[in-house]
Amino acid sequence: MSKELTKLEGYEGPGFLATSLDKAVGLARKNSIWPLPFATSCCGIEFMATMASTYDLGRFGSERLSFSPRQADLLMVMGTIAKKMGPVLRQVYEQMAEPRWVIAVGACASTGGIFDTYSVLQGIDRIIPVDVYVPGCPPRPEQILDGVLKIQDLVANESLRRRDSQEYKDLLASYGIE
Amino acid sequence: MNSIDNETIVARLREQFQEAIEKDDSSGDMLTVTVTPDRLHDILRFMKEEPSMGYHYLTTLCGVHFPDDPRPFGLMVQLHNMPANRRVRFKTFTADSDPVFRSLTDIWPASNWMEREAFDFFGFRFSGHPDMRRILNMDSLEGWPLRKEYPLEDPFRKDKDDKMFGR
Repeated sequence: MSKELTKLEGYEGPGFLATSLDKAVGLARKNSIWPLPFATSCCGIEFMATMASTYDLGRFGSERLSFSPRQADLLMVMGTIAKKMGPVLRQVYEQMAEPRWVIAVGACASTGGIFDTYSVLQGIDRIIPVDVYVPGCPPRPEQILDGVLKIQDLVANESLRRRDSQEYKDLLASYGIE
Repeated sequence: MNSIDNETIVARLREQFQEAIEKDDSSGDMLTVTVTPDRLHDILRFMKEEPSMGYHYLTTLCGVHFPDDPRPFGLMVQLHNMPANRRVRFKTFTADSDPVFRSLTDIWPASNWMEREAFDFFGFRFSGHPDMRRILNMDSLEGWPLRKEYPLEDPFRKDKDDKMFGR
């Protein structure tokens, strides 16, 4: 892995590095994200390729999928979400512990995609907040990896107090969560 | 094995149910009999329980909507006689936009979910059905999506500009 991915800013000397707690925690978190795959259609197939040997999401510290929302850090929504599935997705999100991130993979999860119809949710950001959108129908594994790296940037640079901020609470309240 | 032919089936049905048999047509993929809605249940029971018929298996059941027809709402039922490998299709039509058909669940328990589907998408009700509620769509959906007047696109979207989407 290149040094850029793990490099920390701070006061550096032989054998030690002095930095802020935010940055140290961010470094630890971003390289050990446990994703929860919520795969409903073809984007989920691309995700399987993303996890497998050629693309290997494990290179970025995310090889450990969490199939329980309670231990997951990152909710990866991949595929069409029918309106009937909406409450299920929302419940999965609510079961995740803070801090939690969400990535919408593919056109359907992001906007409803080609399914502009009465039965399909027109983007998961209508029911849960989304951090990163990956376009494509379906996106290639490289694009999904790029989305995960964008999530890593958010994780590494997030203030430890962000989840307590009024702005974040207002965001959740706007979705009617908690 | 039972190998009763289409002409005999139609003759038996007309003898048994007379004017309830509106039309028969053997020109398509299988014998298609159009019947009146009030006798549909009796006719289907006859098709199953009469030994010389032996159509014991309910292949499918669904609602249909032809808005230009004088009787726009209908039900389509397909039966299968497996020992003879013969199929038959029944249709029934009504002008009532809120029709109630007699449930077939007492003849074929398998019709339970099919009737719920017809209710979900067309709003047809089935008297005697044990659990008449939506099956595929969310419970809060309003309207009957497979009726032709129902808007196909999500009517709650506000971000789509008609100029951009050619509407």
